[in-house]
Amino acid sequence: MDYKDYYKVLGVEREATQDDIKRAYRKLARKYHPDVNKEADAESRFKDAGEAYEVLKDPEKRAAYDQLGANWQAGQDFRPPPGWDSGFEFSGGGYTEADQEAFSDFFESLFGQARSGRPRYQGSREFHAPGQDHHARIEISLKDAYEGATRQIGLHAPQVDPAGHVTVKDRTIKVTIPKGILPGQHIRLAGQGTPGIGKGRAGDLYLEVAFKPERGFSIDGRDVYMDLPITPWEAALGGKVKAPTPSGSVELSIPRNGRSGQKLRLKGRGLPAKPAGDLYAVLQIVTPPADTPEAREIYEKMARELDFNPRSK
Amino acid sequence: MAKKSAEAVPSELIEALTLAELCRSCSVRADWIIELVEEGILEPTGREPSAWRFTATSIRRTRTAWRLQRDLGVNRAGIAVALNLIEEREQLYMRLQRGER
Repeated sequence: MDYKDYYKVLGVEREATQDDIKRAYRKLARKYHPDVNKEADAESRFKDAGEAYEVLKDPEKRAAYDQLGANWQAGQDFRPPPGWDSGFEFSGGGYTEADQEAFSDFFESLFGQARSGRPRYQGSREFHAPGQDHHARIEISLKDAYEGATRQIGLHAPQVDPAGHVTVKDRTIKVTIPKGILPGQHIRLAGQGTPGIGKGRAGDLYLEVAFKPERGFSIDGRDVYMDLPITPWEAALGGKVKAPTPSGSVELSIPRNGRSGQKLRLKGRGLPAKPAGDLYAVLQIVTPPADTPEAREIYEKMARELDFNPRSK
Repeated sequence: MAKKSAEAVPSELIEALTLAELCRSCSVRADWIIELVEEGILEPTGREPSAWRFTATSIRRTRTAWRLQRDLGVNRAGIAVALNLIEEREQLYMRLQRGER
């Protein structure tokens, strides 16, 4: 287990006042909140800051943590010294206001297990409560949305046995993704959340559907945008080109003097929801390289004979 | 050993949610959702709370709103501003991906 330097995480001195600590935490929380910051490491930095603040905001926990000494380096292998917390009382228990998601092993070795690790409902009185709903995100491809699909999902779900012990069980379930699903839609899997306690019913699992980014494609609601590379002469002269689309190959008419970025609409060929969206082919003019004498000759001829300067109006 | 096959689970596409369903799926209280509707953060169809129907994307909005309040102490007006900016940024990001100017 690695030692964590909570002062370093918050970027404050060991002598910092409680106000300094609060300010530093608030600043980091706003910066790295996963809803606000889309960087890949935002969530872990947000959690680290939350864990550090959980300890340092509480004078009792902070004093106990300080007791470990300042000589530890972040990342150093750590085992709490025996009896390290003697003389300290943690009035708030392990977790106080924090989320139920687990803090680091380092935190748990010092301040105890998460609440969910020791269920509070143990006792002689019978207790019933519905299980928690779970939320997860599922990434699908454009093809899955056009055709529908079944996907296997690994669930890593806590289970409560009749004696009230919590164990983590891995299992795989098969989920049907209906054709025409849109980004942001949710699929509900009844009873696949946390099991209920006593006679309480199990929670549900909600899957939020997101689309995997695919090169050359983007989605706006139920409309799909697709890059369509064309040659300069196809753009200039217009004509028919064959284009692969998510729902099969189609023949498209390029208008004469087509421009890069121009959109051709294919009605009803977007996501097959009800009503179906449209597909837009976005023209992208690709110039051939002048890497043969023939190609050079053609470009030189154009340079000589065409009176064209895109930088002058 | 036989390969363990995955258990097929009945799934249901959520089209529209009632107030109770939205509360349950997001583990929040109805009066808090009503506050979000009053602020214009959620826009259900239907006149009365009992007749309200929310779109499935409301789940995401509600959960984000709840996290902003719980984690950062943002108030309702702040939530409305933040959600609009977050969504605007997502749209700009998508336009950027499409190569639009």
